[in-house]
Amino acid sequence: MTFEGTVHAYGRDVDTDVIIPARYLNTSDPGELAQHCMEDIDPGFVERVQPGDVMVAGENFGCGSSREHAPVAIRASGVSCVVAASFARIFYRNAFNTGLPIVVCPEAAREVKSGDRLRVDVVEGKVEDLTTGKTFTADAYPPFMRELVESGGLLPYVKKRLAEEARG
Amino acid sequence: MGQTITEKILARAAGRDEARAGDIVEARVDLAMANDITAPLAIAEFENAGFDKVFDPARVALVPDHFTPNKDIKTAAQVKKVREFARKHAIAHWFETGRVGIEHVILPDMGMVAPGDVVVGADSHTCTYGAVAAFSTGVGSTDFAAAMAWGRVWLRVPETLKFVYRGRPGRHVVGKDLMLHTIGLIGVDGALYKAMEFAGEAIEALSMDGRFTMCNMAIEAGGKSGIVGFDEKTTSYLQSRPEGSRARVAGQVFASDRDAAYAHVYEIDASAVRPTVAKPHLPSNTVPADTLADVKIDQVVVGSCTNGRLVDLQQAAEVLKGRAVHPDVRLIILPGSQEVFLAASRDGTMQALVEAGAAFSTPTCGACLGGHMGVLAAGERAVATTNRNFVGRMGHPESEVYLSNPYVAAASAIAGHVATPDMVAAGKGGA
Repeated sequence: MTFEGTVHAYGRDVDTDVIIPARYLNTSDPGELAQHCMEDIDPGFVERVQPGDVMVAGENFGCGSSREHAPVAIRASGVSCVVAASFARIFYRNAFNTGLPIVVCPEAAREVKSGDRLRVDVVEGKVEDLTTGKTFTADAYPPFMRELVESGGLLPYVKKRLAEEARG
Repeated sequence: MGQTITEKILARAAGRDEARAGDIVEARVDLAMANDITAPLAIAEFENAGFDKVFDPARVALVPDHFTPNKDIKTAAQVKKVREFARKHAIAHWFETGRVGIEHVILPDMGMVAPGDVVVGADSHTCTYGAVAAFSTGVGSTDFAAAMAWGRVWLRVPETLKFVYRGRPGRHVVGKDLMLHTIGLIGVDGALYKAMEFAGEAIEALSMDGRFTMCNMAIEAGGKSGIVGFDEKTTSYLQSRPEGSRARVAGQVFASDRDAAYAHVYEIDASAVRPTVAKPHLPSNTVPADTLADVKIDQVVVGSCTNGRLVDLQQAAEVLKGRAVHPDVRLIILPGSQEVFLAASRDGTMQALVEAGAAFSTPTCGACLGGHMGVLAAGERAVATTNRNFVGRMGHPESEVYLSNPYVAAASAIAGHVATPDMVAAGKGGA
């Protein structure tokens, strides 16, 4: 899984209230949510973002509420993947569960700037800044997360486990 | 090497002799919960994946509390979907307006959470139930859908940070202040992926309400869970509640071993903690409340899953009784449940607050997340006993939220600026 796109960079502690404000949570329609993605922190984001773009942020990305609407809105806005120094734990699970690729890479989070072109190989854990020529190594997915991804996501994994339990 | 209470609870739930931080376990779920924001997504995922029954209708709670009473047509339509699902699957714990309260107040208060339980909730403040010595943590909608289908949840056993509070807190210093102080100390990701275990003299002396408040805000430090050990306060709380979960207490009461491994132990002098306020826009941005007298305010909110219990309302009433809310301030009370509402109406709490000029709302999360029942305009500023002060949390992105305990919130409502009860009593606040 390799993605290439223009960077939208943010600081640390980007919370789910700014990713998708609660006032829009009276729907779970991805298209509707995407129209308000990042509205309170970066009002021009929805107009600027192009399909395939990459979001880059500092520590604790996605902190706050458990709303899965946050990764859903990011993905529906066209963003291909998120690179951050670290992710808040509920957001981390939600990103996997909703199919939003995420990469933990503190070095890239520190050095990459808005507007740079970035190539991210999620599986290999390689982040390349095509604008500056710098490359960074991201954390590999933990073994259990790889198993989840290979099962096709959490719900297919649960189906597999239920079938195993039924067979005893 | 011994185990922490969290390791023991997760080992039991996973059917293992022991569990260690870093292990991945498939833990049996004693209760799975979602609300009006997270349940609709979960139901869609559950049905799209082809699941046709929940693992146990008695162990699922659907609590539409965020926008209750339904604030608009879209919300009403979302809740309708949840209602239909609840009926179809005979979900035991389904509540609506007139019966519903804030999920994290009613689940323990109605006897749905027992010590040693594993609870997952599609709401980040699910960590609240650590106050009854349970392991509880927030998840997203898909994780909740999976738990509903499977009755299990995969979890990485967390490392534990232990917080030992020495000494006794002073006047008007409650669980909220100890927790804001702690978040200020370690930062909003200071407990990322970890369990926060609260102990020490000040915690032993702390009421259950204060313990709920502290565990509730573990997520604001990035924590996976918060937990307080089982003691006589837990026992008397459970005895005051409906039978419910008490039936499964036997064999579920755990305590951390003396030689348990902690990632870090923090020693905090509780007697030195002052009434504390978190300034915009992070819960870690803490300062003593009495340093903010120049911060003029437009609104005060007392309530939420953090401070919406009877004791919280009583603390606000104690300060406001016989006084008046500042003419430039709107004071909104959001009780945590119908039970809290009724108790406050019976013991004079509601009367003291309403006579002072407060609006007394039906139980709802409402204003805490800028949903309804008290949304802020650009440039407006609130003191709130809630849990988050992020950009736009209670309304317009250019509004501001200051987090405090109920005493400070009430005093600020009188003063028209951030104030402590002592400042108000000394005549340093007010018009």
